[in-house]
Amino acid sequence: MLSIKNLTVAYDDTPVLTDVAVNFNAGKITGIIGPNGAGKSTLIKAMLGLIKSKHGTATYNDQPLTAVRQQIAYVEQRKDIDLTFPINVLDVVLTGTYGHLGLFKSPGKAEKQASLAALAQVSLSDFAKRQIGNLSGGQLQRVFVARAIVQAAEIIILDEPFVGIDLQSETAIVQILKQWRDAGKTIIVVHHDLNKVTRYFDELVILNHGIVAAGATTDVYNPTNISQAFSTDLSSVLFDQPEVPQS
Amino acid sequence: MTSIANFIQALTKYEFLQSALMTAIMVGIMSGIIGSFIILRGMSLMGDAISHAVLPGVAIAYILGINILIGASIFGILAALLIGFVAAHSKIKTDTSIGIVFSAFYALGFILISMAESATNLHHILFGNILAVSDSDMLTTAIVLCIVLTFVIFFFKELLITSFDETFARTYGLKTQMMHYALMLVLTLVTVSALQTVGIILVVAMLITPAATAFLWTDRLETMLILAAGIGVITSIAGLYLSYSFNWASGPAIVLVAAALFLIFFVCSPKQAFIRFKRLKTKAVLAHD
Repeated sequence: MLSIKNLTVAYDDTPVLTDVAVNFNAGKITGIIGPNGAGKSTLIKAMLGLIKSKHGTATYNDQPLTAVRQQIAYVEQRKDIDLTFPINVLDVVLTGTYGHLGLFKSPGKAEKQASLAALAQVSLSDFAKRQIGNLSGGQLQRVFVARAIVQAAEIIILDEPFVGIDLQSETAIVQILKQWRDAGKTIIVVHHDLNKVTRYFDELVILNHGIVAAGATTDVYNPTNISQAFSTDLSSVLFDQPEVPQS
Repeated sequence: MTSIANFIQALTKYEFLQSALMTAIMVGIMSGIIGSFIILRGMSLMGDAISHAVLPGVAIAYILGINILIGASIFGILAALLIGFVAAHSKIKTDTSIGIVFSAFYALGFILISMAESATNLHHILFGNILAVSDSDMLTTAIVLCIVLTFVIFFFKELLITSFDETFARTYGLKTQMMHYALMLVLTLVTVSALQTVGIILVVAMLITPAATAFLWTDRLETMLILAAGIGVITSIAGLYLSYSFNWASGPAIVLVAAALFLIFFVCSPKQAFIRFKRLKTKAVLAHD
């Protein structure tokens, strides 16, 4: 189990997350939802140690998360990637083996085989030699999912993986998520499109600077929690309820 | 005017010209390789800054009579650390921080050099004097080339991943800051070597122009490194020829060759597709008629 305890993060003294405590279970796909600026990506980055937190801990089976880095695969938002970089699809996937290889070892035959297999899993075998700038957004996202496959991690974290991608890619990625879940891995997905929440996620963390609700999607995805985290209007549209006049 | 045949004849005759050629080749290789990483990391300005910032180190090394590599390395790393520190601990962005730190270092170096040595020497440091390379200079350059090649071969995958996707490298526990400063250290060593051929002011051109030329022509990092090194070598040799034949300062001669090569590659590059574009346009016009 991945546990976060009393995590507080602030940017220049403006608190983004205050005393967040939440658990992510193995064998589940957990979605993190919340309005813009709720601290979803911040939560991920703080627990990975990519940004400093004021206090709090992140542990995996009682070990600090930073001590089990090899067990984590993180698929970042795509916007920061340099698409002109002289690297092809296969070589990007190969970088997923770097963490396990350690210093002074180059990827060999076994790593290349694993990368080709991962590319096949996301149906991109024909694109192995393409420079990454020549892919669509969805194809590129699948490349990074293939890299996560190669990492053979126990915890997989994806930040907004479905933004700006085609339906075929989205379906392919959801398939992979389900395979990971069935293999007992811990999967965390930052997500902002509420429409598919019930279809994609077994468990849900509703976030707005703090935890609004967390638990099985069927239990926590309800008008009360959504209106508390987002707005009453959004909640009434989503759940198709007439607005109840406040008395 | 000296023809190429005369140049080759002179090469067989004069030892100073052989030393110059060897040094030019070695500097071409190392600056092409390190320059490739500099441009891929979007650090061209940093490359320029570090190359200027080593000047006080060079001056102090002259004054104290110690190896120029030691003095330059200290100031190169000091500048890199200071640039990082100012950017991290203030609202100031990195490019501004670079501008402040390197100009200050350069100014200090300029004054120290003029205090320590004659004006001729300063001129050589600023613009390069490849025809005056000594045996010990050549040995130093050879050592730096070995360091560069060892560094890039042993840390190839770390250099690749920190240049391409630094966040990813951090998530699997790579010390990306260490890689950055290691690269800055190697960059200062390359700068000191390139100082003999092109001089401090133009080092940046030797770093980024051959690398940029190679970048236009390939989609693979390994190919880019080899191509950049090759272009660096051709540039250096052609520049040396021009410098010897027309008595031009070696720095400007080499840099102009580099720029000319870049221009040719830029116009003909498959990535730019200027030529193809033109043909299509002609066709379109014909079709319109």
